[in-house]
Amino acid sequence: MAETNSLSLDLASHPDNVGLARLAVAALAAGAPFGVPDLEEIRVAVSEAVTNAVLHGYGGRRDGRVRVEASLSQDRLQVVVSDQGRGIEDVALARQAAGGDGERLGLGILFMETFMDHVVIESHPGQGTRVVMEKRLPVAALAPDGY
Amino acid sequence: MAISYRVEPHLLTVGLERDLDLASARDVRAALDTLLDRYPDRDVRLNLDQVSFLDSTGLGVVLGRYRRLAAAGRTLHLVGVRPAVAAVLTVAGVRQIMAWEPRVASEAREKGVVADGGDELA
Ligand SMILES: Nc1ncnc2c1ncn2[C@@H]1O[C@H](COP(=O)(O)OP(=O)(O)O)[C@@H](O)[C@H]1O
Ligand SMILES: [Mg+2]
Repeated sequence: MAETNSLSLDLASHPDNVGLARLAVAALAAGAPFGVPDLEEIRVAVSEAVTNAVLHGYGGRRDGRVRVEASLSQDRLQVVVSDQGRGIEDVALARQAAGGDGERLGLGILFMETFMDHVVIESHPGQGTRVVMEKRLPVAALAPDGY
Repeated sequence: MAISYRVEPHLLTVGLERDLDLASARDVRAALDTLLDRYPDRDVRLNLDQVSFLDSTGLGVVLGRYRRLAAAGRTLHLVGVRPAVAAVLTVAGVRQIMAWEPRVASEAREKGVVADGGDELA
């Protein structure tokens, strides 16, 4: 699938960069015929993935690196958020929405899975986590002959 | 902190004016708790008219305030909910927990607690 546009951000694990990441990815996605609600959903999914990298991956430390790569192709947006933080012991368990500690709700991964069409989480404890998310363009926006 | 409020005998209306995410969670939580404590015994209406973004971290702040209030027999009611915020509330099943009303473009301005005063909270 030919890539039409892409971006790559290398961010410090700073809370302020959560907004920066979603702004950049939404701006990239706005170059494709996504609807406004689609763009809002993409913003939430990116926010959740980057928040998890900052908060869980690096435990709130600001000196980690969070990589955000997004690419648009003819029929979809792919977003990859990766960190070299703590990693996840049991991804299946992490995916089960369960009230977290304090005011964390355990809804972040659920939001990613609800708002994107495809989410894969790869993680190695002690090495980091990589979240790959895809959202397909609305069918009506695709050329009938698929180019 | 972009927050404004109006105090009535039985109601505290608070308007937030920034995205609710990891970057703002701590400040928004502290500002809200200060107001909730300063004006006890009132139900609270949270105006999200100017909140264009909320994720699970922001929702955690809102639900955390809901729990605090509920524990004291007070209610929390959300108004001015934009479509993007409504989508998050819906997926989270917030409807089963607390009342919220969508933002209606025309009435958004009148409802704005910002417009009819209320001190800026430092
Ligand atoms: N990048 C990450 N690094 C380490 N742990 C993570 C990461 N992303 C998710 N997790 C784990 O998965 C759990 C669930 O994440 P999520 O659904 O976003 O809920 P919450 O962030 O509210 O806990 C987190 O509590 C954490 O233990
Ligand atoms: Mg999370």
